[in-house]
Amino acid sequence: MSSIGTGYDLSASQFSPDGRVFQVEYAAKAVENSGTVIGLRGKDGVVFAVEKLVTSKLYEPGANKRIFHVDEHVGMAVAGLISDARQMVETARSEASNYRSQYGIPVPLKYLNERVSMYMHAYTLYSAVRPYGCSVVMGSWSEHDGPQMFMLDPSGVSFSYFGCAVGKAKQAAKTEIEKLKLADMTVKELVKEAARIIYLVHDELKDKQFELELSWVSKDTKGRHQLVPRDVAAEAENHAKQSLADIEDSDEGEM
Amino acid sequence: MLSVNSNFPEYAVPGAKQLRFEPYADNGGSVVAIAGEDYAVIGADTRLSTGFSIYTREQKKLFKLSDRTVLGATGCWCDTLTLTRLLQARMQMYEHEHNKAMSTPAVAQMLSTMLYYKRFFPYYISNILAGLDADGKGCVYSYDPIGHCERSNYRAGGSAGAQLQPLLDNQIGLKNMQNVTEAPVPKDKALALLKDVFISAAERDIYTGDCIYILVITASGIQEEKFELRKD
Amino acid sequence: MAFMGDVLNPLPLWQNGPTPGSFYNFPGNASLGPVGRTVQDFKAHSANPITTTTTVIGLKFDKGCVIAADTLGSYGSLARFRDCPRVLKVNDLILLGSGGDYADYQYLKDIIEQKIIDEQCIGDGLQLKPKSLHCWLTRVLYNKRSKMDPLWNNYVVAGIQDGEPFLGAVDKLGTAYEDATIATGMGAYMATPLLRDALEKGPLDEESAKALVRKCMEVLFYRDARSFPRYQLGVVTADGVIVEEPVELKHDWTLAHMIQMK
Repeated sequence: MSSIGTGYDLSASQFSPDGRVFQVEYAAKAVENSGTVIGLRGKDGVVFAVEKLVTSKLYEPGANKRIFHVDEHVGMAVAGLISDARQMVETARSEASNYRSQYGIPVPLKYLNERVSMYMHAYTLYSAVRPYGCSVVMGSWSEHDGPQMFMLDPSGVSFSYFGCAVGKAKQAAKTEIEKLKLADMTVKELVKEAARIIYLVHDELKDKQFELELSWVSKDTKGRHQLVPRDVAAEAENHAKQSLADIEDSDEGEM
Repeated sequence: MLSVNSNFPEYAVPGAKQLRFEPYADNGGSVVAIAGEDYAVIGADTRLSTGFSIYTREQKKLFKLSDRTVLGATGCWCDTLTLTRLLQARMQMYEHEHNKAMSTPAVAQMLSTMLYYKRFFPYYISNILAGLDADGKGCVYSYDPIGHCERSNYRAGGSAGAQLQPLLDNQIGLKNMQNVTEAPVPKDKALALLKDVFISAAERDIYTGDCIYILVITASGIQEEKFELRKD
Repeated sequence: MAFMGDVLNPLPLWQNGPTPGSFYNFPGNASLGPVGRTVQDFKAHSANPITTTTTVIGLKFDKGCVIAADTLGSYGSLARFRDCPRVLKVNDLILLGSGGDYADYQYLKDIIEQKIIDEQCIGDGLQLKPKSLHCWLTRVLYNKRSKMDPLWNNYVVAGIQDGEPFLGAVDKLGTAYEDATIATGMGAYMATPLLRDALEKGPLDEESAKALVRKCMEVLFYRDARSFPRYQLGVVTADGVIVEEPVELKHDWTLAHMIQMK
């Protein structure tokens, strides 16, 4: 292991000779170990789904949530070290609050994303700090801008997406997301797909227990970010389990 | 610079004056407390007013600080709210630190200190503290707004304080009376007297009326009693 | 003569305390000492309101509370702003009415709204209760008055606390109380008697409470020179908070036929 960084991985303020900042890459590794998070942007809103890995049976159900409200109209789903992620949530909340007190209107997601990205990026510049070991996805819907979604990674880079995935099974999840016609779908349809994808990419052998977290922000919720109502979430979850069972059945049939 | 207003007040033009913010209000109310051998009674009216209007007819002004100490506070109501809240916090801190409730004389001293702490921007409150002391005897402490404290056996305070105190002096202190022998005041007499003096106060003082709440503090606890006054 | 100093305006013996031979001036009072200096060097803060609003009325009924206030923002005696809504839905449990300086109200409104958002972000479903907001307002207003920089408002907090109606008031000093009827400003003189009288005759239901409050708004409009015929009414019950759109009250000046104009 010691040969990997060869001395250039001890500080975020130093490049390696081939132009990499190892500390940032290690932070990205921390994100890859976490449960899968996906964000889907449909025609009338954004849906978040999180595979929250439950590492102990002693946790209460619903503990250590990974989907947060940033403001009335902005949601944030996080992957990576939960304590780092919570600090990002706090940062985003105070940015949103400051914007509101200055301008009297809800913060545009584009601007909020820019501010949070700057904050994230600042932690990749100095030797005294380590980068944040988390990636966050932010989403909102407004009459003026329609649905918007951004994903931000530990390097401080962020992009706007139609669909995105981070965490353990991001590759598998992305493959599934690419099959969807996101721009034509409503959040009601997307919730089912999101739940299905999370169930599909969940690795039962390595991680036994998980909880599915679902939230949305859409035209139907009047631009408010909300957890998906219990009945809708239950329906999506059943649908996900059913389609997983169907696949397993057909696999057995082929054999 | 010489200023007309301050150096030659006789020449100042009346009427033209700057309206300034007044941080105090007189919200009226009276408190009377009487201490006996093994009890203390304290009563306060429930009228909260400002000038000629009554905010509410049912404002309690007695604060149970422990099961043997009660504070009656009248005057500037916003200061009362602040002071009593602070007091209650300090009582709790004491209890957590010492594992027992504060004795009445200790509360009395603490209240004095808290009032004097605001010597140059005082709490504009007339405080009367009643309770049982460490020996189980009734005691009454009265204060001025900046923390002067005196222990006595009976006291009237608040908007009708000046009218009621002489009455108590006569009836309980037996002042200006001839051929009387001093004897401890029984509880029933103290209660009856308390109601009587409040009836008198309600007749003459527009800031006193509506109702009184009376708390009777004995070793077995605090009993509450309500008594109606005139409401005009 | 310089060695004698300024004879006409000698320095005070000490500052921030009483002056010998004169009454002690509390720092809040028109604090010109006998030497023509302020006794306490408080920074000059806002001493008076600018754009003001008048009465707020609050009334409890069997299952909730009503609040009403007109929409006029006065600039001294000038009826300057005609659309100043000041009945606010805080959350599903609380209705807030405000009178006095409109800018101060807007300032505090923004703070309260952010408090509610912060609470929603926590996402545990718990909501601020009326007693808590009432107490919080007391502290905010008292602390401001103690800095001699008051928020020049009267607030009426109405809501549902543990299933029971709550109605409380706070003024610019932090003076707080609860009652079944509350009317601030001119309303204290003209609406309170009507409200207390009605309540003495028996408990009110929602409709009669609303009718009574509307009557009070009318009475106030006829006599309060800073009032306006357009007002807002809000109701809070266990079912939630409703703030009506402003309505215009009908006024009929023929009832003033006894008044002779010369």
